[in-house]
Amino acid sequence: MSQTPPLHLHVPEPTGRPGCHTDFSYLHLSPAGTVRRPPVDADHIDMGDLVYALVRVLDDDGQAVGPWAPSISTELLRKGLRTMLKTRIFDARMLIAQRQKKLSFYMQSLGEEAIGTAHGMALSEGDMCFPSYRQQSLLMVRDDVPLVDLICQLLSNQRDPLKGRQLPVLYSVRRAGFFSVSGNLATQFIQAVGWGMASAIKGDNKIASGWIGDGATAESDFHTALTFAHVYQAPVILNVVNNQWAISTFQALAGGERTTFAARGAGCGIASLRVDGNDFLAVYAASQWAIERARNNFGPTLIEWVSYRGGPHSTSDDPSKYRPADDWAQFPLGDPIERLKRHMIGRAIWSEEEHEETRKELEAEVVAAQKEAERYGSLANGHTFSNISMFEDVYKDMPQHLRRQLAQLER
Amino acid sequence: MASAINKGPTRPMTMIQALRSAMDIMLERDSNVVVFGQDVGYFGGVFRCTEGLQAKYGKSRVFDTPISEGGIVGAAVGMGAYGLRPVVEIQFADYFYPASDQIVSEAARLRYRSVGEFTAPLTIRMPCGGGIYGGQTHSQSPEALFTHVSGLRTVMPSNPYDAKGLLIASIENDDPVIFLEPKRLYNGPFDGHHDRPIVPWSKHPLGEVPEGYYTVPLESASVFRKGAALTVLTYGTMVFVSEAAAQETGIDAEIIDLRSIWPLDLDAIVKSVKKTGRCVVVHEATRTSGFGAELIALVQEHCFYHLETPIERVTGWDTPYPHAQEWAYFPGPGRVGAAFKRAMED
Repeated sequence: MSQTPPLHLHVPEPTGRPGCHTDFSYLHLSPAGTVRRPPVDADHIDMGDLVYALVRVLDDDGQAVGPWAPSISTELLRKGLRTMLKTRIFDARMLIAQRQKKLSFYMQSLGEEAIGTAHGMALSEGDMCFPSYRQQSLLMVRDDVPLVDLICQLLSNQRDPLKGRQLPVLYSVRRAGFFSVSGNLATQFIQAVGWGMASAIKGDNKIASGWIGDGATAESDFHTALTFAHVYQAPVILNVVNNQWAISTFQALAGGERTTFAARGAGCGIASLRVDGNDFLAVYAASQWAIERARNNFGPTLIEWVSYRGGPHSTSDDPSKYRPADDWAQFPLGDPIERLKRHMIGRAIWSEEEHEETRKELEAEVVAAQKEAERYGSLANGHTFSNISMFEDVYKDMPQHLRRQLAQLER
Repeated sequence: MASAINKGPTRPMTMIQALRSAMDIMLERDSNVVVFGQDVGYFGGVFRCTEGLQAKYGKSRVFDTPISEGGIVGAAVGMGAYGLRPVVEIQFADYFYPASDQIVSEAARLRYRSVGEFTAPLTIRMPCGGGIYGGQTHSQSPEALFTHVSGLRTVMPSNPYDAKGLLIASIENDDPVIFLEPKRLYNGPFDGHHDRPIVPWSKHPLGEVPEGYYTVPLESASVFRKGAALTVLTYGTMVFVSEAAAQETGIDAEIIDLRSIWPLDLDAIVKSVKKTGRCVVVHEATRTSGFGAELIALVQEHCFYHLETPIERVTGWDTPYPHAQEWAYFPGPGRVGAAFKRAMED
C-alpha cells in the first residue's frame, strides 16, 4: 500500500488583505476588442470560449474597439454618463444622511453604476427587472422615478411609498419595471425566470432580467433559476454582478476560484457571456445582445459582469478590516464613470466643463429632493406612516384576527 | 359568507376526482390559471389528481417541472407577479422544506412588502397526513409551519365536496394558499380502523359532488356532526376518526371540521364551545407547538368562563413519523375516545 500524505482542507483566501496588495491576475482579462461577437441565435454549445474570456469595448485610451462596439447615439451616451453620475452622487448624499442618523441604513453601488445604467437603457418599457439591493442605477436611469419617492422610502417617512414596512434601499417600483427587493438573497433570480415563463405562456413580448451578486450565486435559488431558464428556454437575462466581494468574503469562497460565474451558465446549457462591467459600452452591447436573443425566442442568457465593489458592503460594514484600503484604485478595470467620460471627451461629445457642470446640477437636484423628502419626516423624528397601516396588505382583506390585533393596538 | 351553491347535476367523485374537477373548471374559467409540478403534466400526477388536464389545456397551461420545490414555488411567485394564477403541486407535504424560503420570505410577504404593487395569488397543493405506512417522509402534517407565517392561508378539506369547493375558492383567492390534501382520504373516508375494509367515497353522501362551478368559502368551518356534550376541533382525516370515537363512546360530540386552518372561523368554534362547555382538539401532527396549541389558546381566551373541564388534545406523538409503529403513532378512535371520556369527567 502506498503512503499518501494526510488530506488537508482547502479554504480559499484573497491575495490582498489589509496592508497588502491584491494580485488581480486571477481575473483573466482579455484586451478590448479581442473577443468575438456571436450571432444572437448562437447555440450555447458554440459559445464555450466566451465564458473564460472578457467582452470589452473601451481600450486603455478610451477608444471603442472590436465587434462589440455598439452603435449608440450621442444622446444616449450623455444620458448614460449623467445617470452614472446621478447614481454615485445620490449614493454619496445618502451615505452622509445615514451618518447624520437621518436614515437607519444605506447601501452604495460605488463602482458598479455602469451595469444597471446601460442595461436599463437597453431594456424596453414593460420588461421587468428582479434586482438585488445594489441595482439602484436601474431606477436612476428611469426619468419617471422621482428621487423624492426613493428618499422617502429611505427615510421611512409619511410619504414612503412602502409605508415604512421595508428597510431602506429595498425599493419596489412596479411602473419602472423594478420588482420589490427582498432581504433574502437570490430568491428573485428564480422569480425572474417565472416571470419570463409567464410572458411566454401568454404569448407576450416582454422579457425579464434577474440580478444576483457573486456571493449569492452559492444560494440554491441560483441553481434553480439556471435549470428552469434552460428547461423552459425562458425569455430572461440572468445577470451575475461579480464585484469580487460578498461582505467580507472574497469571490473565490463563493466558488469563483480558477473558474468563472459565466461558466456556470454554460454548464447549464445557457448561452453565457463574461463582460467588463465597468465598460459602459460593453455593458450596453452585451445587454442588447441578450435582450434581442430573449425577445426573439432564442432563449435565456447568463452574463457575468466583472466589476469591483468600490465602497463598503453597507453602512454597517468596514472593509478596511478585510481588504486593502487602496484596492479599488488598483482594480484593472478602473472606474466606469472615468472610462466613459474619457471616451466621450476623446470624441469631443463631452468636456471637463460639462462634466463639472452636470455634477453640480445633479448635486443640486439630489439636495433639493432630499430637502423635499425630509419635509415629510423620517424614522429618526417619528414622522412615519401610521401604525394602523402595519396591519394592512398582510392579506388582500384584513382577517378577523388582524382586525382584533389592530383594535388592541389602538386601545 | 355564503357558498356559491351549484344546483346543477352531481355525480359521485373521489377526492382525487373532485380536486381534478376543481382544477379543470378553473383552467377553463380563467386563462391565467396554470398548473405545474413534478409529474403533473403528461403523467397526470403520482396520485392522478391532474390526469387529462395537459391533454385538454396544452403544455403551456399544465406542465411538468424539474424536481425542485424551491424552483416550483419561486417560478410561481414570479408568474404571480406577472399576473398569472399558478396552482402548483409539491408531491408530498414532507418535501416542501426546500421551498420554505420562497413560501415564507417571498409568497407570504410579497403583498405586504410591496404595498400591493406585487401579489402572489398562488395555490400550493400538497398531499399530507399519515395512516398509509408512508414512514417519515410520506406522512407528515406540517400545517403548523404554515399557520405561524403571516400572509399565508392554510386549508385542508376532509371530503370530496369540500375539496372541490375549497380548491376553487383557494385558486380564486388573491392570497397565497397552502392547500393540504390528506392522501389517506383520497379514495375514501378513513376512521382509523385500519383492520376493517375500506369504504369508497361513492358510498358516502359527501362523495356526491356537483359537476360544475361552486365554492366552499375560506374561513368557514363546518359542523360535521351536531352534538351537545363536547366540542371537537379537528380537520382532515381526524374528522372521521372523531366521528367514530363519538359513536363508539356514545358521547354526543359536536365535531367542527375547521376546513380553513388559518385564518379560521373563530365564531363557529366559540359558539360551539360556549354551548358544550368542553373541548377536545384532535390532529395528526406532532403535539408540541402544533396547531392544537393555538386552538387551545384561542378557546381558553374566548371561552374561559364556559369551560367545565380542561381542554384535551389528541395528536401524533412528538417523534418523527414511524413506519412499523404506524397505528401506535396515528391517533385512532381509541385514543380520541379516551380523551372524550376524560373531557366528560366531573
